[in-house]
Amino acid sequence: MSRKIGDVILDLQNISLRFGGVKALTDISFNVREHEVRAIIGPNGAGKSSMLNVINGVYHPQDGKILFRGQERKKMEPHMAAVQGISRTFQNIALFKGMSVLDNIMTGRTLKMKSNLLMQALWIGPARNEEIEHRRKVEEVIDFLEIQHIRKTPVGRLPYGLQKRVDLGRALAMEPQILLLDEPMAGMNVEEKQDMCRFILDVNDQFGTTIVLIEHDMGVVMDISDRVVVLDYGKKIGDGMPDDVRSNPEVIKAYLGVGH
Amino acid sequence: MPKQANFAAVDGLHTFPRLLFHHAQVRPNAPAMREKYLGIWQTWSWLDVAERVRALACGLAALGFKRGDNLAIIGDNRPHLYMMMTAAQCLGGVPVPLYQDAVANEMLFVLQDAGIRFALVEDQEQVDKLLEIQEQVGTLEHILYDDPRGMRHYTQTFLHDVHELMEMGRVHDRNHPDFLIAEVEQGHYDDVSVMLYTSGTTGKPKGVCQTHAAFIAAAQGGIAVDKMTADGDILSYLPMAWVGDHLFSFAQALVAGFTINCPESGETVMSDLREIGPTYYFAPPRVFESLLTSVMIRMEDAGQFKQKMFHHFMVVAKRCGASILDGKSVSTADRFQYWLGNLLIYGPLRNVLGMSRIRVAYTAGAAIGPELFSFYRSIGINLKQLYGQTETCAYVCLQPDGQVKPDTVGAPAPGVEIKIADNGEVLVKGPMLLKGYYKRPDATAESINADGYFMTGDAGFLDEDGHLKIIDRAKDVGKLVNGAMYAPNYIENKLKFFQHIKEAVCFGADRDMVCAFINIDIGAVGNWAERRGIAYSGYTDLVAKPQVCELIQQCVEEVNAALANDAMVADSQIHRFLVLHKELDPDDDELTRTRKVRRNFVAEKYKVLVDALYAGKTNQYIETEVKFEDGRRGKVAADLKIVDAKTFPIAKKAA
Repeated sequence: MSRKIGDVILDLQNISLRFGGVKALTDISFNVREHEVRAIIGPNGAGKSSMLNVINGVYHPQDGKILFRGQERKKMEPHMAAVQGISRTFQNIALFKGMSVLDNIMTGRTLKMKSNLLMQALWIGPARNEEIEHRRKVEEVIDFLEIQHIRKTPVGRLPYGLQKRVDLGRALAMEPQILLLDEPMAGMNVEEKQDMCRFILDVNDQFGTTIVLIEHDMGVVMDISDRVVVLDYGKKIGDGMPDDVRSNPEVIKAYLGVGH
Repeated sequence: MPKQANFAAVDGLHTFPRLLFHHAQVRPNAPAMREKYLGIWQTWSWLDVAERVRALACGLAALGFKRGDNLAIIGDNRPHLYMMMTAAQCLGGVPVPLYQDAVANEMLFVLQDAGIRFALVEDQEQVDKLLEIQEQVGTLEHILYDDPRGMRHYTQTFLHDVHELMEMGRVHDRNHPDFLIAEVEQGHYDDVSVMLYTSGTTGKPKGVCQTHAAFIAAAQGGIAVDKMTADGDILSYLPMAWVGDHLFSFAQALVAGFTINCPESGETVMSDLREIGPTYYFAPPRVFESLLTSVMIRMEDAGQFKQKMFHHFMVVAKRCGASILDGKSVSTADRFQYWLGNLLIYGPLRNVLGMSRIRVAYTAGAAIGPELFSFYRSIGINLKQLYGQTETCAYVCLQPDGQVKPDTVGAPAPGVEIKIADNGEVLVKGPMLLKGYYKRPDATAESINADGYFMTGDAGFLDEDGHLKIIDRAKDVGKLVNGAMYAPNYIENKLKFFQHIKEAVCFGADRDMVCAFINIDIGAVGNWAERRGIAYSGYTDLVAKPQVCELIQQCVEEVNAALANDAMVADSQIHRFLVLHKELDPDDDELTRTRKVRRNFVAEKYKVLVDALYAGKTNQYIETEVKFEDGRRGKVAADLKIVDAKTFPIAKKAA
């Protein structure tokens, strides 16, 4: 692969997150480099989703610093993360079930639209040109994910695997710099998983998008990620190349099960 | 080798490149090709296409493509792939389209056989296949690809983006402005224009070499019969390696000058069909069948009033629709009813099917059920059948408008001569015959007889109107003891058109009467039984019910009644039959993997039953070993009832 992994784009330093007395994350540090595929793994309740939510600004850690492109990030609203170029997909698909695939992906473009509501409603002047431009971007995403045949189908009528793909499509429509994927392969069959893996790698390869993903399927994680961070009970217990992580005794104990 | 009829057009338009540049002159801005890209239909005019073909051809020449070279084309129906065919022809090369879903090893034989130096493929998937077998195809020098997606990391110098090739060609064209015209002028109507490989179900695939003259003749004939014009549209979605697509989407489009439309992807064909609303459409019978099923299922969910209206007007359509389409006389009352039905039902239905603008639709490839065929004709869709094979440019018989009979494939097309051999085999002669099989003079000699007729391998006869009726493969056709022709497939197909009958096996060669094994369709008959409150535990039990026997008997007798009216096959009425106690199954070697009956094997395995049929017994006990899907073996035993079916007096004796 000719893809070059660049400098650190996101640096998390000594992050701790508490909900009342519950410690979700304790003193976690790791970084994400530009253009890499970074996986977060760990058993149930290890704090993986919390970690993602910290990255995109839904939760605010009590301690620790987040550096994004070298700048320390202030406490902010989630939509600011989106403005900065961080988009995500959800573990439980959060699409608009009654809307078509096309419209759902179009919602991913909302932040990029400049004309006001009235102009959009009347579809005049710049609003019109703008929509045509956005539609073209959306069509590129549809083409990329090979979902042309369901363009006009309401999302609620689609099988699960395709809904996941639409979810990814909406995140991609934002043209993100960092893409957060929360269990993109959960509940899929082998074939759907293979498809999804290929799309994730293609996104990474073709657009150079940095990807942070949470995944349970160890085979998938080991195959597609450049570096893996392992959490257990809110603590970091491993970090490194997939092979190093796989042979780390603590990780084996916590995650792959005792008795190896 | 057969002598080709001199079909050179007087106006000099006797090769496909000449036709293309002709259209670019007389109708430069008319649409030649459309392709849906990023959700929007993009149009190329004839002028655009000619410019691109020119660039492609010059690009090929710059890469070293020479007269007589073969160029493989692998991919879905894409404009550049069609353009490349003409581009290769400009230089006197031969395009060789391959089936795009074949795996690399299946392509290997054709690539080696045709000595491919250049290949144009659609995308990364096909490039990977070629790279996999590249070492074994020693001749392969350059691979061109249409879609650059995913190709960024391929650094091999023999890979070229087709867009770069065109740029190269444009430069070449500027430096040698007279080069291409001179190349095109060297083209001769008797040159091979395309090589299509037969599927090779028996032995290795053979490359069928067709000339410009042959395909142009076939295209002109079809265009004349159907009065096709330049303002038509066709949806090109069938494999480019198939002779039918080459005839409709390439040859006829270039001769008549109509527009070809490439769907977005394989899955979007149905919605693209609706958007384009083609005037000319081809589909195999199963597509028409699944369309009808989807309509019927949606009708079941409609409201009471709509359902009533639908069924009422379908009865009207059945009564007079086909006659109105054929231009026959129909009473004024019926005409009014049909007009109303057209307004309320048929028109909207055609619209939903994407067939509002259809002037001609064709089906071929397999037997189409008469009911299905009549349904489409009755709602005003001019669905017709044609007959032909790769060796005859898919052009032997066409059903002319106004003379469409569901059970024949139509009259011999203009310029085609048909002769029936003594063994019933259909022999054809005409300008559309193959020039020969590639590097296989032995096979060519075998398939064309001394009088220059091509032996189709199909058995058939001409009816009283001179329409050809195909009944079977010639090798399966036998004779009854009294000398009458016996075509098992023909009878079996008639039986299988009943929804209750899934499979049938007929016996009769060298015997005094025809007898049959029947397999019921467990879904359809099971449903039928439930509605009548007949309880059953499984297939074997259901078959043993006397009511089921009666049901099948009715079907068999209907077939007999139909056969009696048909002089050629009237002696083949089914005298006795039995319903088999188990389904014929590929796991038990009774069917091939493509679900065709292995007749001899079945006859051998169930010899007891065959003997019982002919010995006049009324029942027979049989025990059969079966293999289950998990590999276990078991036994099925039953005492089968043998039924005498009513036969009918023969309407008129064969001449």
